Amino acid sequence: MVISKAAQAGSSETSDILIMVSPNPDGGIKLELDSKKVILKQFGKQIEKVIREKIAEMGVKDIMVIAKDNGALDYTIRARVQAAIERAI
Amino acid sequence: MKNAVGREIPEYIEGYGKVRPFMGAFANYGVRERASVRLRSVKPGEQKLLASIDEVVDKVNLKDGMTVSFHHHLRNGDYVLNLVMAAIAKRGLKDIHVAATGIFPIHEPLVEYMKKGIVTGISVNYISPGPVAKAITQGYLKNPARFMSHGGRPRAIESGDLHIDVAFIAAPEADAYGNINGVNGPAACGTLSYAIADSIYADKVVAVTDNLSPYPACPIDITQDFVDYVVVVDSIGDPNGIVSGTTKVTKDPVGLRIAKIAAQAIDAAGYIKNEMSFQTGAGGTSLAVAAEVRKIMKEKGVVGSFAAGGVTGYIVDMLNDGLFRNIFDVQCFDLKAVASYRDNPRHQAMSGSLYGNPHDKGAIVNNLDVMILGATEIDLDFNVNVVTGSDGTIMGASGGHNDTAAGAKLAMVVTNLTKGRLPVVKEKVTTVTTPGETIDVLVTERGIAVNPRRQDIQEKLVAAGLPVKSIEELKETAEKMTGKPEPIEFTDKIVAVVEYRDGTVIDVVRQPK
Amino acid sequence: MRQYRKSILFVSGNSPKMLQDAPVFGSDGIVLDLEEAVAPEEKDSARLLVKEALRFFDYSDMDVIVRINSLSSGFGEKDIELIARERPFALMVPKASAEQIAQIENKLDQVEKEEGIPAGSIKLIPVIETAYALQYVHQIVTSSPRITGAFLNAEGLTADFGMQRTKEGEEILYARSRVVVACRAEKLNAIDTPFMDSDDYEGLEKDCYKARNMGFTGKAAIDGRQIDTIHRFFS
Repeated sequence: MVISKAAQAGSSETSDILIMVSPNPDGGIKLELDSKKVILKQFGKQIEKVIREKIAEMGVKDIMVIAKDNGALDYTIRARVQAAIERAI
Repeated sequence: MKNAVGREIPEYIEGYGKVRPFMGAFANYGVRERASVRLRSVKPGEQKLLASIDEVVDKVNLKDGMTVSFHHHLRNGDYVLNLVMAAIAKRGLKDIHVAATGIFPIHEPLVEYMKKGIVTGISVNYISPGPVAKAITQGYLKNPARFMSHGGRPRAIESGDLHIDVAFIAAPEADAYGNINGVNGPAACGTLSYAIADSIYADKVVAVTDNLSPYPACPIDITQDFVDYVVVVDSIGDPNGIVSGTTKVTKDPVGLRIAKIAAQAIDAAGYIKNEMSFQTGAGGTSLAVAAEVRKIMKEKGVVGSFAAGGVTGYIVDMLNDGLFRNIFDVQCFDLKAVASYRDNPRHQAMSGSLYGNPHDKGAIVNNLDVMILGATEIDLDFNVNVVTGSDGTIMGASGGHNDTAAGAKLAMVVTNLTKGRLPVVKEKVTTVTTPGETIDVLVTERGIAVNPRRQDIQEKLVAAGLPVKSIEELKETAEKMTGKPEPIEFTDKIVAVVEYRDGTVIDVVRQPK
Repeated sequence: MRQYRKSILFVSGNSPKMLQDAPVFGSDGIVLDLEEAVAPEEKDSARLLVKEALRFFDYSDMDVIVRINSLSSGFGEKDIELIARERPFALMVPKASAEQIAQIENKLDQVEKEEGIPAGSIKLIPVIETAYALQYVHQIVTSSPRITGAFLNAEGLTADFGMQRTKEGEEILYARSRVVVACRAEKLNAIDTPFMDSDDYEGLEKDCYKARNMGFTGKAAIDGRQIDTIHRFFS
């Protein structure tokens, strides 16, 4: 799957995550994750893993992702990443 | 060494001193002595009224290394601490120990004083998240902050563990001879309970008021025989900041669900009956428990003996509705509570010592049947943390948490099982504030866990068909949703020492990496 | 089979927080809503969120119902395609008609076959919210063996009838009666329209009393706070 344009999904509501994706001209996967410190310290790696897994599952190779988390659980992260990617292809 | 809740604590902490480790909630009772007080007697004809804070600082002979104290009844509207500390800073004094009963975001100037070494020590029993809490976490204070409980502080003062050189008492109304009350004036805040021990035991006591009234300033909360000086300032506080925090029943469906289950559990455990006594915090969910308990009391026609604690208008309504005969009030959370305390003799003040001091001849917490508590975290041993967030940042202090938990027959923690992505039930809490042996029941929206020490309650709740689970199950339920949190890393630097109410060290807060 | 007789709680299919909290209120059923609660431009995102939620959360203590979009909206078919595979207890069908039910039934037969789910296991709950549906309500509720009950949505009716909704609900007396009779005749669940002011507990009590007395088996809720009251009236 090729990311052809910028798109986003999710929101900045509590327990949601805003996923913004766009083409990555440098190639590869570039991920920027922003959340409360207390979440990043304890779940930052897990959130990143969920995002990367979903990207891989969808067969996307080159993408820029900015994720603004507001306490989302894994299922929300998966859904929002998929929605953003589907909107961007 | 390891203390009785399994925490690794040094035997000696630089800037704090020798550590008395926590040995158990009820290990430390017996014969006690009160500290003696040095005072300067006042001759007939002497004046106490001074013109300015600066004059006060001269008169009380403040020196480097001294301890000054403040109460927090004006909460986030308090101007007095900042006014006094600014005068102290201007003098070039240093190494001052601030013994405040509570610290709020409005006290941000303390951060600069900490950085400059003007303030090197802080003792506090309540702190709300904000710049000062953050600065302590980041290690800006030279000596570790000392966290106490509302009952532990007067205990420390009365025993001599905490000696106050000068107590500055914000006084919503005062007369020129030092009688003080909290119920009149533009910054009326109700009871002055947390300042009582300071007024009795400090070497010097200064009333700071913006409302000087003709003698005598009745109804008097602190009498003239304890007060050295009176000083008038433009304003002691912002009334809008005094009523701070949540003081209304929540509308959040999950919070209400928790409250409903909690009230059912209290009833099933047999505590909703005539003469019952009850205390709850001012948080939305805690107040919702009061609302649900109120319904059951009405249905059953129950009249309780007293409600206690920080008092909101909601609890006042219950008094006026005839659901309780009395209120014991350590702090008024809103103006309705202030008016009730002023006008209704059944609404009594209690000093911090009377409220929760473990080493007096019996505090009011000992007469509590039901206590509703919050928690930032609770662990498999039922130990509760209300001091640090799960990333190690200081978020609060015990307040009355461990005092009431120790005293109440039923100490019940009510909380969401998860907060955002954060699980509340942990393997081990980040910081122990209240030992699990004093916590009886945890109520969440996804089930109730009963401390195995309370088989009696467990059986009653199960018989009532309530959703009782083990605390391990609740932890698993939470982690199924949130995932397992990664452990937080800390440096070796101790930024705060958490004292149990008896003055032993129950935990320390280390600076997070 | 568990039954959503007494209460169903509506939650927005696009709200992570509501999807997480939905199971804690003790309702018989929860309705994860992809239709009214979700704006057209968020339909794709909500559909994925509901799909993931069905895999993620333990909803085992209640009937999970997903309100899909109508087929005519252009979203309905994709909803079924994605959601039916997660085996919800039932799909709720808006703007119900016997024709639409038949089309959905075909689609479900196909998905069940592909997924190896026993045929006919995913149930249907038509929403009665148009003049047409009201007139043909008996025909609709008997149009598929998958149908286990009907939901009267009075808010939807107001558009078709140009009526003003009131808390007392005199204006929907006939609609309520008609839905109840059709469902009761076929021994199906009859779920009454929700009471829209979730702060007004007394109003909710009166509304529950009325609906129960008319023969509804249960009532829909739009807020977890309404469930306990509803359960006091329906059994």
